[in-house]
Amino acid sequence: MRVLAAMSGGVDSAVAAALAVDAGHDVTGVHLALSQDRQALRSGSRGCCSVEDSHDARRVADELGIPFYVWDMADRFTEDVVDDFVAEYAAGRTPNPCLRCNEKIKFSAVLDRARALGFDAVVTGHHARLADGELRRSVDAAKDQSYVLGVLTADQLAAAVFPLGGMTKDRVREIAAERGFAVATKADSHDICFIPDGDTRGFLARRLGSRPGPVVDAATGATVGAHEGTYGFTVGQRRGLGVSTGDQEPRYVLGIEPVTRTVTIGTAELAGVDEITTAGATWTSAAPALPLRAQVQLRAHGEPVPCEVVAGADGGLVIALDAVQRGVAAGQSAVLYEPDAVRGDRVLGQAAIRATRRRPAAVGR
Amino acid sequence: MTYLDHAATTPVLPEVVAAMAEQLGRVGNASSLHASGRAARRAAEQARERLAEALGARPSEVLFTGGGTESDNLAVKGLFWARRQADSRRRRIVVSPAEHHAVLDSVEWLAKHEGAEVTWLSVEPSGRVTPRALAEALGDGTDVAVASVMWANNEIGTVSDIAALAATAHDVGVPLHTDAVQAVGQVLVDFGASGVDALTMTAHKLGGPMGVGALLLRREAECTPLLHGGGQERDVRSGTLDVAAIVGLAVAAAAAVEGRVERAAELAHLRDRLVTGVVGQVPDAQLNGPALDDVVRSGPGRLPGNAHLSFPGAEGDALLMLLDARGIECSTGSACSAGVARPSHVLLAVGADPDRARSSLRFSLGHTSTDADVDALLDVIGPVVERARRAGMGRR
Repeated sequence: MRVLAAMSGGVDSAVAAALAVDAGHDVTGVHLALSQDRQALRSGSRGCCSVEDSHDARRVADELGIPFYVWDMADRFTEDVVDDFVAEYAAGRTPNPCLRCNEKIKFSAVLDRARALGFDAVVTGHHARLADGELRRSVDAAKDQSYVLGVLTADQLAAAVFPLGGMTKDRVREIAAERGFAVATKADSHDICFIPDGDTRGFLARRLGSRPGPVVDAATGATVGAHEGTYGFTVGQRRGLGVSTGDQEPRYVLGIEPVTRTVTIGTAELAGVDEITTAGATWTSAAPALPLRAQVQLRAHGEPVPCEVVAGADGGLVIALDAVQRGVAAGQSAVLYEPDAVRGDRVLGQAAIRATRRRPAAVGR
Repeated sequence: MTYLDHAATTPVLPEVVAAMAEQLGRVGNASSLHASGRAARRAAEQARERLAEALGARPSEVLFTGGGTESDNLAVKGLFWARRQADSRRRRIVVSPAEHHAVLDSVEWLAKHEGAEVTWLSVEPSGRVTPRALAEALGDGTDVAVASVMWANNEIGTVSDIAALAATAHDVGVPLHTDAVQAVGQVLVDFGASGVDALTMTAHKLGGPMGVGALLLRREAECTPLLHGGGQERDVRSGTLDVAAIVGLAVAAAAAVEGRVERAAELAHLRDRLVTGVVGQVPDAQLNGPALDDVVRSGPGRLPGNAHLSFPGAEGDALLMLLDARGIECSTGSACSAGVARPSHVLLAVGADPDRARSSLRFSLGHTSTDADVDALLDVIGPVVERARRAGMGRR
């Protein structure tokens, strides 16, 4: 196959490209320039789109003896990922930009361009298993990235290769070291690549400015505090609420109402939900028959929760959770899995969370 | 492999390799006073004389440098500093926006850090700077420190009438620097006859080694050094002479100049075949820069080895990648340090819109080019452009 290896400059994509070469593919490396500020240098362990990262990727490609190019995707990335991220927060939701990037950039803009240029597939260093069109969790549970790939469709998966899903991260680093790649010991990237200092609230404040509003206690309806912008809050958040409620019970963010800029908080028992309503779903293969017993993961690195999935309005889903969950934020993806202890849990599909509630019958259960 | 990127660098000549290998086998610092040092000095000075003769300069006007970028920096900054020191009113730099980045970035650095004011010359659609445009930009010249116009453009191959421009600058007492990196060996470059005050040249575009070049600088021109520490080159440039590289530079320059007329005719013939053949297969391809038969001061108005074409609807970087995969090596305009393709500043300077600038490729021929190289390109260019256009259609 003629394959395009997306090379971020990190150890995972370096080893993925090397394994694609070993597998006999005709490999071309591409580094995606995503940041508008190309001169940004790596700070700490973060970042994947600085000039330095691009040099790291090129260094590996040169060792592998494969062609290497930089594709400027900064405008697309800004529009489809960064601006979307800001707009989602402004609307009171909590987006997942890595999932959006996979959906809109890596397996859409890049894949389309690769196919048009004559490539058969895109290789990435994601930790997930993909065989026979079935997307499954990585063998390395701690590094599993199937959640952020849950948005891919059968057509996209048919042109994706994930060589790392069957090995641990430690093994990836070993392979890199055996091959003498300088990136073998490069720190993992964390958080959000376009917020290299990790200060999401500060980033949003610069983009959205001051948008003050009240913090209201759900139990009393009383305004118990003020905030500079609802974007500083995520449903389920406990710390940094900046309120005093007169008792010792911890409070959680229950909801964010963007029009009145109201952040509603409440005690733990009010923070739990067990029913999720979603926007339209995407499926990794033919849409399954509903209702469906499955497991659902509600955020990156979240624990899977057994659930019952039924059809909702407008192609969306209604997901009834077997157990009450806290911190289920609108905007996050609910990724559905079919449990499989042997071959790895299989990703069925995903849908963006629109609303949550506690089922009436379940109150007091 | 089909190498059509000689303007980036060209294969080293066998006689250069031999001359450098011989020199590398000898010990001796050209500044030392003993026999080994004297032998090194002799080799370096012979090379200086040879280079001077090839380019119509006096040996004392040759300053060896680390290459074209250093020569451009030294000329632009050094002349600016020296002229401003002599008269504090001289703060203006007159320069073409189609210059190489070694000149442009030096000028912009002076504007940012040294209070220089930049006057951008208007450039003809062909890329040429005319004496009239230079005269308008210079005014009475009293506030101008230095002017810089390249002899031949590295992207679109435009040759300007440097002798006429030097005369225009001298009419108002302003020194002219010219970057002749691409011109030497392709068109007649005679430093003395041209009248310019400073001229940049480099070895590796001529079949010499990388990392060595020269600034030809008139003896009366005041130029403040960039590098201090020894003053080896007329107290304007310091650093131990790299004798082997200098020997290689001189051998390459002499060979390029000696064989110029014949080679230029061969290159022009191949280049015309290439352009005609490409346009035959891709009828809406557009030639950038001067016409193939353009003439300036009775010489070619376009570098004989240069072909620069836009392919509407296709992106230059997609074309480059598809050609590379088929063993054909060429170039898109300028790339930043991260390798992100940007629309060529040269094409933007001559009035092309960004889409046309992004859709362009430079094919440059040199001393090893053959008809087979042109044939190899013509075999694939049609399908490659078609595929690149399909890949570009999904872009917003």
